[in-house]
Amino acid sequence: MTNLVEVRNLRIKATTDAGRVVEIIKGVSLDIADGEIIALIGESGSGKTTVALSLMGHARPGCQITGGEINVNGKNMAALSEKERAKLRGTDIAYVPQSAAASFNPASTIMEQVIEVTRIHRLMPPEQARKRAVELFRSLSLPDPERIGGRYPHQVSGGQLQRLAAAMALIGNPKLVIFDEPTTALDVTTQIDVLKAFKSVMRAGGIAGVYVSHDLAVVAQIADRIVVLKGGEVQETGTTAEILSAAKHPYTRELLAAFEPKRRQAHADAEPATNQLLRIDNVTAGYGAVRDNGLPLVRAVDSVSLIVEKGRNLGVIGESGCGKSTLARVIAGIHPAAAGDIVFDGKPLRRAAGKRSQDQLREMQIVFQYADTALNPAKPVEDIIARPLVFYHGLDRQARSRRVDELLDMVRLPKALRYRHPAELSGGQKQRVNFARALAANPKLIICDEITSALDTVVASAVIELLKELQRELGLSYIFISHDLSVVEAICDEIMVMYNGQRVEQITPDKVKAATHPYSKLLFSSVPKLDPTWLDGLVRDPELVSQYGHR
Amino acid sequence: MARAIASRRSFLGHSYNLVGVVASLVILAWTLVAIFAPTIIPHPIGDIVDDDYFGPMRQGLWLGSDYLGRDMLSRVLMGARYTVGISLAAVSIACFSGVVLGMLAAVTGGWFDTCLSRFLDAMNSIPSKLFGLVVVAAVGSSIPVLILTLAVIYIPGAYRFARALAVNINTMDFMTVARVRGESTAYLIGSEILPNIIRPVLADFGLRFVFIVLLLSGLSFLGLGLQPPLADWGALVRENIGGLPFAAPAVVVPSLAIASLTISVNLLIDNLPQKIRDRDA
Repeated sequence: MTNLVEVRNLRIKATTDAGRVVEIIKGVSLDIADGEIIALIGESGSGKTTVALSLMGHARPGCQITGGEINVNGKNMAALSEKERAKLRGTDIAYVPQSAAASFNPASTIMEQVIEVTRIHRLMPPEQARKRAVELFRSLSLPDPERIGGRYPHQVSGGQLQRLAAAMALIGNPKLVIFDEPTTALDVTTQIDVLKAFKSVMRAGGIAGVYVSHDLAVVAQIADRIVVLKGGEVQETGTTAEILSAAKHPYTRELLAAFEPKRRQAHADAEPATNQLLRIDNVTAGYGAVRDNGLPLVRAVDSVSLIVEKGRNLGVIGESGCGKSTLARVIAGIHPAAAGDIVFDGKPLRRAAGKRSQDQLREMQIVFQYADTALNPAKPVEDIIARPLVFYHGLDRQARSRRVDELLDMVRLPKALRYRHPAELSGGQKQRVNFARALAANPKLIICDEITSALDTVVASAVIELLKELQRELGLSYIFISHDLSVVEAICDEIMVMYNGQRVEQITPDKVKAATHPYSKLLFSSVPKLDPTWLDGLVRDPELVSQYGHR
Repeated sequence: MARAIASRRSFLGHSYNLVGVVASLVILAWTLVAIFAPTIIPHPIGDIVDDDYFGPMRQGLWLGSDYLGRDMLSRVLMGARYTVGISLAAVSIACFSGVVLGMLAAVTGGWFDTCLSRFLDAMNSIPSKLFGLVVVAAVGSSIPVLILTLAVIYIPGAYRFARALAVNINTMDFMTVARVRGESTAYLIGSEILPNIIRPVLADFGLRFVFIVLLLSGLSFLGLGLQPPLADWGALVRENIGGLPFAAPAVVVPSLAIASLTISVNLLIDNLPQKIRDRDA
């Protein structure tokens, strides 16, 4: 036995509700040496999480490990009894979940939960465990390591909670830690701190790791080797540098290409700048009780002004909580503004959607982030897309059916999909249906609220390409709200940076490197690059970080 | 988990199990009896056909005779009519009003929701049998009064249930999309919310049907339900209670009828056919 982990010809099967057996992992083999970090990368449904979980001998409900060997530290996890596996979990192998916020028990303190593993396995007395936990907090560069353990999970930020989850995994001195997309839910500025902390702690302890992710740039910073999975099979394995510079498999190349979406060509035939589609002036909106001056207690959007020109796109970028989604809802009238003016297509708009005319509502459509909740699960795709056609255009059955076909065609979906329900579609397909419904209204402006953030890199870049194409054909304008700079850069003519409810800067994509506002500088410099040395070489102005970073 | 899947069979894209099938057959049988009772009863329900009272089961009088010597089989078959009919009418009114009001409250919110919820909570706090007693004592007992009383008693429950489900659906993005599209409240509740809550609502409908059968039987047992010579199952149990020391079938059979119907409805709700989502199978 030379390697810490040796997986040979692993097969996992799942049973569907019709009793049909599907093979989801088809003979995967991989090795992990002591202290090595490997990344499992692939689109959703590629089996990367299933493989990672199988290293703990765990198969999710409905799945069984049907063949192959999973040797971890000399023991075959697939052959052990559940009791023997439980003994190894937490001591030999540990797991860091995707959403730490959902994995902590809100009813007890963080320290209790971090040292729980030592209690279950009787590794050390509680006093010693607490000391060790504080050491871990310090090495994960958490603020106030002495006292943070006394807080409850809701009293710390998302990035801190993710690092605390890592502390929980590391307290049993595991030889292998499995990270399941631990930074996917974090802002870029926070992601860096978490990645740095993970990397230094793993390196210092010589701990081997499995890092599951679909973000190649993040993986490039932390992994020694990359394993590319698709359809339950290993497509390609290689060191990080090899994969990034000389990928052989077409799927890997596709992943790499998706990371650098093509820039939008500047409009040669752009209409004169005076042609304003939407103008908002000093709009303020927020939540909580309205005070004497007519403004709400908490201002999520604070005196923001912006202009969208016909046929051009505006990107709004900022971290979570900066007010960018509220801004979208204010423009759409879902959350009426407390102050300020909105002028759309030359005419002033009422603040609340309920008071706007049907035509005004039709011309401005909003597309939401989560297609899962934006599509009614009880209705087939054709009913979902056809409703705006009936409601706004009063089309009869035949015309409606033709138009649904056209719209499905526009968003590159096969016509047969119209009879399916949203639950029977993939994430990318759902987002396309979501978009087709907005197109059905024949809008002039579409507000896209983080529409690609729930999608894989490859799927997201395909959706972005689609949006660009449709814009050329239909002369639409988009307001594109995102926390992902590469997405915004790819599609927008102007980028507006928001921080704490205020507009801090507006620049064009080609001038991103020359941002003037300090927050924009921090934000733009925090976007991971496909360069393995990027994280180590990254120098950030500590003053900036302390001013704007939420650590 | 694997065993549960294996014991289910599939039919028309749905999987079902044996318990559900048996339960639905029992319900179907009682429904047919309720519809065709007047044509299949061997004797008119008011006729005294036996010299003895609480007669045993024998040829011609398959379920024996009651406390006046009337044919028990005929009376149980006709009783199905009243028990199933009145309960079904009452549960339909209760669930329809409750669910519509519940969805309306969830979508409208604000004062309308608060006032309606508090009012129906107050209604809910009145014990159901007591409420029935008071109404029947005040306006007398007749079939329409019984139906309405039973319906009113069960509206608050149906309302609470539907409102709780609808509030969850109301926070979904597709509701926001529909609102920003400018849709009317009727469309929002009928077309966006209802299809998403219809399955639990139907399960609740069945459960409430059982409650109403039991409450109706209880009222009839107390003598406040149907008046003689008509009799539902609850009334049949009460009027023949004197046969208990003789182990007369007249008191056992209507009790079994109530039990078989309510238990079957419950079992069916727990074992409804499930749609198979795996299309490639």
